[in-house]
Amino acid sequence: MAEPSDPNAPWVTPAGMITVALTAALFLFFLQYLPVVPRDGAVQWVWDWIPSLQVRLSFWLDGLSLMFALLITGIGTLVMLYAARYLAGHPQYNRFALYLFSFMLSMLGLVLADNLIALFVFWELTTFTSYLLIGFSHTDPKSRRNALQALLLTAAGGLALLAGFILIGITQGTFELSQLNAAGSMAEHPIYLGILILVLLGAFTKSAQVPFHFWLPNAMAAPTPVSAYLHSATMVKAGVYLLARMHPSLSGSDVWVYTLTIFGAVTAVFASFMALRQTDLKQTLAYTTLMALGTLVMFLAGSSGYAITAAMTFLLVHSLYKAGLFLVIGIIDHETGTRDANVLGGLARAMPITAVAAGLSGLAMAGIPPFLGFIAKEVAYAGALTMAISWFVVIMGMAAFALMFAVALIVAWKPFFGPQGDLPRTPHEGPWAMVLGPITLAVIGLLAGLLPGVTAYYLVEPAVAAVMGAPDVGGRLKLWAGFNLPLLLSVLTFALGFVLYKVHARLRAMLADMEARAIDMDASWDVFLDRFMALAKGQTRVIQTGVLRHYMFVTFAVFALSVLVTLILRPAAAPFLDFTGIGFVEWGIAALIIAGTVLVVLTSSRIAALVGLGVVGIGVALIFIAYSAPDVAITQILVELLVVVLLAVALLKMPHLDRTGKQTHRPFDAGLAVLVGGVTTWVLLRVTNAPFDRRLTDFFEASSWTEAFGRNIVNVILVDFRTLDTFGEIAVVIVAALGAYALLKGGQKAPPDDTPDATKEDR
Amino acid sequence: MNSIIFTAGARILVALLFVFSLFMLLRGHHLPGGGFIGGLLGAVAFIVYSLACGPAEAKSALRASPEGIAAVGLGIALVAGLVAFFFGDPFFTGQWYWVGGDSYETSIFSLNTVLVFDIGVYLVVLGSILSIAYAFEEET
Repeated sequence: MAEPSDPNAPWVTPAGMITVALTAALFLFFLQYLPVVPRDGAVQWVWDWIPSLQVRLSFWLDGLSLMFALLITGIGTLVMLYAARYLAGHPQYNRFALYLFSFMLSMLGLVLADNLIALFVFWELTTFTSYLLIGFSHTDPKSRRNALQALLLTAAGGLALLAGFILIGITQGTFELSQLNAAGSMAEHPIYLGILILVLLGAFTKSAQVPFHFWLPNAMAAPTPVSAYLHSATMVKAGVYLLARMHPSLSGSDVWVYTLTIFGAVTAVFASFMALRQTDLKQTLAYTTLMALGTLVMFLAGSSGYAITAAMTFLLVHSLYKAGLFLVIGIIDHETGTRDANVLGGLARAMPITAVAAGLSGLAMAGIPPFLGFIAKEVAYAGALTMAISWFVVIMGMAAFALMFAVALIVAWKPFFGPQGDLPRTPHEGPWAMVLGPITLAVIGLLAGLLPGVTAYYLVEPAVAAVMGAPDVGGRLKLWAGFNLPLLLSVLTFALGFVLYKVHARLRAMLADMEARAIDMDASWDVFLDRFMALAKGQTRVIQTGVLRHYMFVTFAVFALSVLVTLILRPAAAPFLDFTGIGFVEWGIAALIIAGTVLVVLTSSRIAALVGLGVVGIGVALIFIAYSAPDVAITQILVELLVVVLLAVALLKMPHLDRTGKQTHRPFDAGLAVLVGGVTTWVLLRVTNAPFDRRLTDFFEASSWTEAFGRNIVNVILVDFRTLDTFGEIAVVIVAALGAYALLKGGQKAPPDDTPDATKEDR
Repeated sequence: MNSIIFTAGARILVALLFVFSLFMLLRGHHLPGGGFIGGLLGAVAFIVYSLACGPAEAKSALRASPEGIAAVGLGIALVAGLVAFFFGDPFFTGQWYWVGGDSYETSIFSLNTVLVFDIGVYLVVLGSILSIAYAFEEET
């Protein structure tokens, strides 16, 4: 399944190098804050965006966002360089670079945003850009389907999140995260539970917690660099980031502790078993990502310094080794043409540097000393012992870590040092642009473990302080913490993991058997989506009849009833009819209008009906003339004229009015017409009975000549006093004309069946 | 419609209607008229012509596409509003230049952005109505 890549194609393209350079520059920009943040605290940048809605574009760089920003830009640089080589010669590489870069920027905005609404906007931007990335191989229906699945699930969670954010903003009076967190826990608030559920829905869908986990392995349809980026430090960590970011304001209740512990633990253990069950290395890694996300959520349930330190350390470790291993799998796939764990083996001789990178990352993943992974595991056990249901967390944690140890051996050891299978291609070492990423990440992982004090001071402790909302005591990250319970648990984990590796082939068969009998969430998703579409189609058929008469009936009925209700609810003095001063001419015009109306209703000829309508329109224009409004009258006459002429052109081609069919609707139409007419008359009488406010008239009469040098007030209002309104109107006129033009011209030319079954496949 | 009398009469009628539409546009600031009414009249003129001689000939008589005319009109209206920026006034404030004097009474005539804006309105209305009308006639 290697993506088309031509080894001889030039890969140093402008699109690739510019995005790499920009991302690297951003990385350096954030790197300069590394000494600043632990010393001086958070940095803030603010722009007013929509001041009237309290929406500010404010960025907040504290320990947590700095760690994320460095991971996003650092891994981003390596991944983009890798992708340039990996997709060299791909016809749509430029598009890919744009998507990846946009995704990187949205992710960066997400972790830096201080305003909840801004955070939500960036959150949704990552959803859209990841949709484009996952569905990059858009000719493959499976790829499109999986991208859409990820989009729908995470966007649905995003909507819940928006509702939660708005509730927070209303109840707390601010959208600024820094202020919310400073105010402390909102667990006492009466609607806290509602807010928590909505925010957790957003975080759990994004971070793929069971039962929303199934989109993540499917998202592996993306090219490998995308998987490496999305599933290590970015997209899926967004939910974890949100939980960490809102920890001070949302934690502090039993609901928080138990929900996060249970969902996190179940996700972690379930995913570890699923990881063991896969044979495709990329799928295996995808499930270990799920496992890591579950573990992170589980530790964020706690509030002790050790639990949070465990979460932050593990987050850092996981981002480094997971990105590295994904990139290694990409190299293997690129160079050998397969990702099957059963076939791969003995690659160490052909690709030594990749093997070193894989080995280092694998050791970090397995949690062997002196890697940071080992420290993370030690802190994790120490943290687990401080948590609410510690026996549960310890057991689930050990199961997950042991399984991860086994998976690390499968992914990083076996392909390089295990027995060789039958490979589709003779393996070679990957090109430097691709090897650079994994080796860099692996070395950083090793250094971070060898220098735990530096890692803790610059990265982990500021992040922990940000999550806890209080200065951290620190000093928890040590390579050697003495003989204690966590160390014992670590040794137990290694033993258990090694046993699991030895029996993994048999275990795999067993798991496959179990999986076949369990509920398949992925298939249920398809069923759900099908039913949902059927429901949508059904209700559309009921509401959208496609008969113009029905639409008009509903429109007029809604108008008449809503006005009628208002008139009844807001009583005023009964309007009286005053016929004084109405002369022969006015009565004549009224008779003309009535005659026209009667003709429209009774005639059986379309043209006659049209002429009748024209008579009514001209009658109205005559009223305007009688009451000295010449501009309005001229416009009315011209519009009537145009309508009659245009409709006549159309109606000439239509058949004679059919009055032989069922006419059951006519009494209803008549009733509605009388109702609309009556309501309108009533409104007009009430309006004219009210005393006339002359302020505007006086103003325009006084100033149209002195200020705008015009004697025709109507025209002066149109082109001078209210020019912006007129401009808007003529813009609408153009849009309406283009719409009508497209309807008339476009309908006939479209080929009848130009995208066969496209919608069916897309589901 | 194949009426010789109509076809022959239409040619004169169209010219008169079109001149009348320009007349309505220009007198609009002081007397009934203006861009909307002028544009509608201009559209009527060309629709009468297309009914007499067919939409194809009417289109060629117009020389430009109706949609293009409408778009240009919108652009002219926008430019008329933007001129105010050069004089430090808010968007769409009318700008007046008196030729041969310094006020309405003393000058021979005036150059102003208000009329430019009205010309834009005229073109938008003319182009929009004609694009619908021609599409209609070709469709049916």
